[in-house]
Amino acid sequence: MTPALAIIVAVVLVAAFVGFWAGRRVPMNLENWTVGGRRFGLLLMWFLMAGEVYTTFTFLGASGWAYARGAPTYYILIYGTLAYTVSFFLLPELWRRGKRFGLHTQPDFFIQAFGSRALGVFVALVGVASILPYLQLQLAGLGLIVEVSSGGKVGSGVAIPAAFVLTCAFVFTSGLRGSAWVAVIKDVLMIAAVGIVGFGVPAVHYGGLGPMFKALAAKAPQHLVLPGSTSSLGVAWVMSTVLLTGAGFYMWPHMFASAFSARSAEVIRRNAVIMPFYQLPILLVLGVGFTAFLALPGLANGDMAFLSLVQKTYPAWFLGFVGAAGAVTAMVPASVLVLTASTLIAKNIFRAGFKPGASEATVLRISRAMVLVVMAAALVFALVFPNALVNLLLIGYDGVSQLFPAVVLSLVWKRTTKAGALAGVVTGIAVAAGLVFTKHDPVWGLNAGFVALAVNAAVTVAVSLLGKRKNAHA
Amino acid sequence: MRAGRRRALLLGAVPFATLVLALPFVNRLRPTVFGLPFLLFWILVWVALTPLALYLADRLDRRDRPPGGGEEP
Repeated sequence: MTPALAIIVAVVLVAAFVGFWAGRRVPMNLENWTVGGRRFGLLLMWFLMAGEVYTTFTFLGASGWAYARGAPTYYILIYGTLAYTVSFFLLPELWRRGKRFGLHTQPDFFIQAFGSRALGVFVALVGVASILPYLQLQLAGLGLIVEVSSGGKVGSGVAIPAAFVLTCAFVFTSGLRGSAWVAVIKDVLMIAAVGIVGFGVPAVHYGGLGPMFKALAAKAPQHLVLPGSTSSLGVAWVMSTVLLTGAGFYMWPHMFASAFSARSAEVIRRNAVIMPFYQLPILLVLGVGFTAFLALPGLANGDMAFLSLVQKTYPAWFLGFVGAAGAVTAMVPASVLVLTASTLIAKNIFRAGFKPGASEATVLRISRAMVLVVMAAALVFALVFPNALVNLLLIGYDGVSQLFPAVVLSLVWKRTTKAGALAGVVTGIAVAAGLVFTKHDPVWGLNAGFVALAVNAAVTVAVSLLGKRKNAHA
Repeated sequence: MRAGRRRALLLGAVPFATLVLALPFVNRLRPTVFGLPFLLFWILVWVALTPLALYLADRLDRRDRPPGGGEEP
């Protein structure tokens, strides 16, 4: 076993162990399993949220975008910041409702807000359909990272099942508390890896981040301003994309439900205040991608920029460390996604559709069984049919973002009806899918999902108003 | 709407004004600041200042919140 491989194996095992350990002596009921008993303080909340937000995309995708597309990648710095600003106002309200009505999931919120169980089932289906491809993406990233960083010793066909089965095992025993504690390890490792590589790589090759940007500005100035090295991702695209993704960020079912796990509304608000600081290290990831643009031109796959440059710059054991951090970085979001999908299926699809009287203990039992089902499905998609969910992934963010108008309007506008909410969400998803699948994204220079979101909001308001008028005549 | 809430929302609009609406006017390479292209520098500054805006929003919102009203322990 090479040192690199030993580091990867050791870190993954320690992370899984901490995941098990986190659930010790916690009596497991639905409340503890899904939302950590609503007892997370500021620190654990911060680690968990950062753990969910910083996925393998942070390592590979952001640097890959900086490498292949250039300036449009700045949208990643912006949208998180907008999302935290939205969360500052939105999440405390969600938390209060969650506490008062004992909500565990996003569909629970819709059922409570609109008094419609059918709407809850629909939202749960949208959630599961968005989570599965996102989960597969995490697993694919994990496989790629381990394969490259182990020097090809461990193929993704081995790495993905090994790491993912461990992940599902600690989800099964410890629930969200397990994810939160593994996130502590993950965040520390990842910040260390990003810090070392982000400062180190430009320093080794160009004598620092500033000189690297100077060299890049001299060689390819267009790469550093919008639309970068693309023809369609200009200023309007960035503006519409950050509004869409900033709104959609907390509409992911797992992010939405994380609001329920805080100890108080105060914890959530303070968490939102400090979260934007966590965006700043992304600059270093982008810097790695830009350095690769100069130092390693002509890579076939931009997503390989980060790992290729680390490989070129550092000894093999350090690549193992980066690989270990990357593997845990995939495990934490994967764990929360599995947990959320399982709960959605058990509570909001199975119980709502087939067993309305099922007790919470029964729902927990089914949720845990669903962990195995979701695990099996995700493994099949990741290893056997890697392209089956590509279309779902393309509209994943566009899709979940369509829940935003209904959620916000239900909180601030009492006349929002369930017909309005349903019509808006359905129209939004249909418009997004229609534009994306006919290759009209971007459309008029705007992100197609944003156009869908605008139509969605208008339809939600219009149908709500029409519904009211009819009631008044009746 | 309470005055504190209104001021908090105004502060919450700061990142939207600086990081969305202002983009057409800051999409430029020069002047570079600390070696960073101007567009990137502008974005980083306002990402770093957003916690300050939200911190102030929290203070203002808290000041005139009715005691015990709407805030569970």
